[in-house]
Amino acid sequence: MPENSLYGPLDPAPDAGYVDAPPRMGFFTDTSVCIGCKACEVACKEWNNVPEHGLDLLGMSYDNTGGLTANSWRHVAFIEQPVSRDRLADRGTGVGGQAGNQPPAFAGMPTTTVAAPESAVAAATTGKETGTEPGVVPGPEPAAAAPATTQFLGMPSSVLPGQLPGGERTDFRWLMMSNVCKHCTHAGCLDVCPTGALFRTEFGTVVVQEDICNGCGYCISGCPYGVIDQRKGDGRAWKCTLCYDRLRDDMMPACAKACPTESIQYGPLDELRERAAARLEHLHGIGETSARLYGNDPEDGVGGDGAFFLLLDEPEVYGLPPDPVVPTRDLPEMWRTAGKAALTMAAAVAVAFLGLGRRR
Amino acid sequence: MTAGEMGSMGREAASREPAGRPPVGDRFRQFQSSLRRGEGKRERREGGERSMVPRAEFRSYYGRPVLKEPVWHHDIAAYLFTGGLAAASSMIAAGADLTGRPVLRRTGRLTSLAALGASTYFLINDLGRPERFHHMLRVAKPTSPMSVGTWILSAFGVNAGAAAAAEFAPLLPQRGVLGLARRVLPPVGRGAGLAAFLLGPPLATYTAVLLSQTAVPSWHEARRYLPFVFAGSASAAASGVGLIAAPLSETGPVRRLGVAGAALDLAAMHRVEHSMGLVSEPYRIGRQGRLLRAARACTAAGAVGALVSRRSRVLSALSGAALVAGSVLTRFGIFDAGKASARDPKYTVVPQRERLEARAPSHDHEGFAGS
Ligand code: SF4
Ligand code: SF4
Repeated sequence: MPENSLYGPLDPAPDAGYVDAPPRMGFFTDTSVCIGCKACEVACKEWNNVPEHGLDLLGMSYDNTGGLTANSWRHVAFIEQPVSRDRLADRGTGVGGQAGNQPPAFAGMPTTTVAAPESAVAAATTGKETGTEPGVVPGPEPAAAAPATTQFLGMPSSVLPGQLPGGERTDFRWLMMSNVCKHCTHAGCLDVCPTGALFRTEFGTVVVQEDICNGCGYCISGCPYGVIDQRKGDGRAWKCTLCYDRLRDDMMPACAKACPTESIQYGPLDELRERAAARLEHLHGIGETSARLYGNDPEDGVGGDGAFFLLLDEPEVYGLPPDPVVPTRDLPEMWRTAGKAALTMAAAVAVAFLGLGRRR
Repeated sequence: MTAGEMGSMGREAASREPAGRPPVGDRFRQFQSSLRRGEGKRERREGGERSMVPRAEFRSYYGRPVLKEPVWHHDIAAYLFTGGLAAASSMIAAGADLTGRPVLRRTGRLTSLAALGASTYFLINDLGRPERFHHMLRVAKPTSPMSVGTWILSAFGVNAGAAAAAEFAPLLPQRGVLGLARRVLPPVGRGAGLAAFLLGPPLATYTAVLLSQTAVPSWHEARRYLPFVFAGSASAAASGVGLIAAPLSETGPVRRLGVAGAALDLAAMHRVEHSMGLVSEPYRIGRQGRLLRAARACTAAGAVGALVSRRSRVLSALSGAALVAGSVLTRFGIFDAGKASARDPKYTVVPQRERLEARAPSHDHEGFAGS
């Protein structure tokens, strides 16, 4: 087996033996336009008949899904970050904040007028005496506001988080990202599967066959992104299929179809990579220097992801590994080491019985 | 009955019902308390070793793990032991067969058979779908150590089984078809035993590749040492069984092998525990750290005992038991250390971050939360 098929850039479908494979398809998830609506999560569950993951409040901003699991194949992460004033001033007029303005100190809640009276809740400054924590004052329509005085419902308003009435932004930002299986070029899960349940499709994606998987669980430890997972009570491994059934009928995967902001873009990977590079250049051009691509580089530790991202902070902030490497990269070395250990063991037994003066 | 009573009864019923929905907020509370527990433990147990690994600064998503913790249960830790024991016992049996040590031969073959049976049970029991265990035999895949191991174990099992069957030849009648079997079995057993000798080392060491061929930080980084730990640990354990069961006149080879195996195990394990930087830490802290310290004590005591107990059957058996116990503890400790390293995002993020920074020293480390 040539070592290159274990590591390094390549086109996975032809490498897996497909002749005349269609172009490699994938996702480009541009988190800079994600609004955290979770339509992708819902669409995925609907289309793929994924069971519920438990109705719960996790205390992690608006993220009550928790992560990618056997029962959540898309996961929207929410990160609330205070942004320093220096940082805002540095960024100039491009994205969020104007150069030289003096935003008030971070107050925990966006300061804003309510955008739609129907929303019934207005977030307020904590400086005002409201009697509740976090502070809530009635919206401008007294009737609609009445039920809201007792409890903050967390209804989002339609203005940007932390935006001041004048249009400037406070020192607060919100990151949202719809995470998914990366459909790696070198997929750790696929490499270790002992039953052949995981396979490479003609589109270059990675899919589990539910009628083959025997729930050995090896793939779960093989994935450097912590994506694939064993379903409790079922025993088998489950993850995103990149809607293999839809792809074969020339349809867009359900999540990309449902995404209202085109944060999730689906298409041939080459095209997506070009689009992502252009988007990155644009963002850098307007001063959003924290934008970076993640998983787009075919030279990285997994040979590039079939589903890659544009992020606004370090990957680990979103729960992604900063420098994932497919464990298979080291497989030849590992088998060689095991061979040496095996020979050592055989020699030790032989010497113990035969060698060194035949003492009893 | 008041509404309040009804409410609380409903809640109790929900928590008692196995398929019922846990109360809202439960997962969050569990997560929070596990974070606190984890921290407290780390603080207390690190003790004197804290200075060796500087406190890691890193960012994460609400402290959640990046990786999925291995879903394997302790069945697999137990299999690491029984698989190694089966392998090395067959090798000792073959050696004893060729050098005329009948009791040691019988012990080795029967131990191997028993350990093989236990291994098969553990492996199948750990599957999410045990009734589909034969799906392992659909493919042979060199990139999957589990697939390779399935085939090694199958081939080994046939031969070790045949060798063990030969031990029952004297129980067969002298005449007839079974009489023929009685005469044929011993030479067949010897041949099968030799084949098992050759398959033993791969069986004892492939499990190390099985653990290292994962994204689990403390297993993957130990890839240079684990095969030697497992080879040594298997040799020591099987020698231990030999010391327990065989008469003093036959135990010479297993004494030597026991000492050699223990030395290899201890030396390689020392590297695992100390030479891998941050990802060595899970091997030293927590419950698994205690298991591994106990393992070291047992293995060392067993090796010394094996050297000095040439004249005492009792002392020999005790030394043998210590070697076996050391091997069991080593396997469980290594297994749990890997799980612990996957559970804490620190072991995933910090080494990867360091790797990135080493590659691009001028990289502008942009942080919002930290600034
Ligand atoms: S290794 Fe993980 S991220 Fe890559 S294809 Fe497999 S499950 Fe998806
Ligand atoms: S759990 Fe299923 S998909 Fe995962 S490695 Fe095992 S057989 Fe393959």
